[in-house]
Amino acid sequence: MMSINERQDELIEEFSMFDDWMEKYEYIIDMGKDVSGLTEELKSDDYLVRGCQSRVWLIPAQENGILQFQADSDAIITKGIVGMVVRVLNNSSADEILKSDLYFVDKIGLKEHLSPTRSNGLVSMIKKIKTYALAYSAKAI
Amino acid sequence: MVKTELNIEQIRKDFPILHQEVNGKPLVYFDNAASTQKPKVVIDRVADYYSNEHSNIHRGVHSLSAAATEEYELSRKTVQAHFNAKFDHEIVFNKGTTDGINLVANGFAKSFLKEGDEVLVSELEHHSNIVPWQMACEQTGAKLKVIPITDSGEWIMEEFHNLLSDRTKIIAVNHVSNALGTMNPITDVIEAAHSKGIPVLLDGAQAVPHMAVDVQALDCDFYVMSGHKLFGPTGVGVLYGKEEWLNKLPPYQGGGDMIKTVSFEKTTYNELPFKFEAGTPNIAGVIGLKTAIDYVNEIGLDAIADYEQELLEYGTEKLSQIEGLKIYGTAKNKASVISFLLDGIHPYDAGTILDKLGIAVRTGHHCTQPVMTRFGIPGTVRASFAFYNTKEEIDALYEGLLRVKKMFS
Repeated sequence: MMSINERQDELIEEFSMFDDWMEKYEYIIDMGKDVSGLTEELKSDDYLVRGCQSRVWLIPAQENGILQFQADSDAIITKGIVGMVVRVLNNSSADEILKSDLYFVDKIGLKEHLSPTRSNGLVSMIKKIKTYALAYSAKAI
Repeated sequence: MVKTELNIEQIRKDFPILHQEVNGKPLVYFDNAASTQKPKVVIDRVADYYSNEHSNIHRGVHSLSAAATEEYELSRKTVQAHFNAKFDHEIVFNKGTTDGINLVANGFAKSFLKEGDEVLVSELEHHSNIVPWQMACEQTGAKLKVIPITDSGEWIMEEFHNLLSDRTKIIAVNHVSNALGTMNPITDVIEAAHSKGIPVLLDGAQAVPHMAVDVQALDCDFYVMSGHKLFGPTGVGVLYGKEEWLNKLPPYQGGGDMIKTVSFEKTTYNELPFKFEAGTPNIAGVIGLKTAIDYVNEIGLDAIADYEQELLEYGTEKLSQIEGLKIYGTAKNKASVISFLLDGIHPYDAGTILDKLGIAVRTGHHCTQPVMTRFGIPGTVRASFAFYNTKEEIDALYEGLLRVKKMFS
């Protein structure tokens, strides 16, 4: 199984073939469209990560110490990035997630979307993933 | 009357910020409803004040303080003249529109509102003209009543008249809607309110950059605005209040400058307007605001209004050509604001791509969640024009939106 950083490096590699921002965003949009997303009933306030600009829903699950997240957003670009974050962090242990540093966002030139001022729910979502990881890791002890 | 034609090319030279590239594209600044850009004269005035004239104002015995005080008070007179207030002490400087509304709402909560009373706002209000009144209602047991809007984003006047009652203690509404651009029929509202002895506060944040405002002609009891939306500095605003109302309202904040005498037993408050200007104010901001008002008046607000209407018409016509684009806010009388959505495309997505093309628009709920709820949408993309904008820039927006459409189709 690949590590978090291996999965990040894989994404960076995928993005390295794009010459300009247009292609990059088209790729993100395509990924956003490909993310299976959540059914309407799962997009409830219980799973909502509030953002002012776009909203993100996040559902955690854990099996045998391995965490899985499902996520969705009402904006396609956010959904695409959310999909990448989930792809990088899924299939990891709580400890791995807690120690992770999501450098890929910066490396593929999407740092602006992780700025708290964008208020698109992404920053809150990553915080929430780490909170879930912390909770699972505490339970494991 | 002969229309004064604005020399836009010349005007644009006055605004240094407009001449830059954003993401490798020439900046198209269409976020004027959020904040307007500053002409060089304003920037220079603020820099000059700090470089050569700064000192704390009022009560200073030394020359710098006296000169700064004079400039500060001269700005008050300029604001008074600009809005045609009867007295200069009816002009209170503060942080901005939000600050002004909070001052009045607090005063009403302390002195005039009680259980069973009603405060009337509209569905079109910015959160800053909702929340302070909600807080005042929570404190006093008063009720918040809301004038509903039509599909075109206009007040339903019949409902307004039905909502007026003996319990209504104040009406607080916007002059122009920030989210949809609607120019509201405030004269009718003020007339109806006054016939029942109800005071009216107008949130003028979105009106002042677009039109000449005469508070005596309007006969409103309070008028609030922000300097930064009138090409002036941020952090400075104006509360106009009729003398009788400002005298009746209790002080908002305690501190220096707002007192006459202080002892531990009893403090007496200063007269108007100083009663409401506790602490060292934003002196540079106030002085910069004077320059901004002078600048706008030199161009002429009537000429500005004409040109902006031309931009609005052009933009509305141009954007309407895009299939699947829906404009929210189609009132007959509108300021130069176009709020819209592209079918199936989230405003955040559209805004992100437009930004990559150097086009600055605002996306989201524009601090008017009730308006978005009314239309059942998460938000809109809002392009708001100022007099330094051009039809060519609207063409760039049009092209940008076609690209957005293509990318998300």
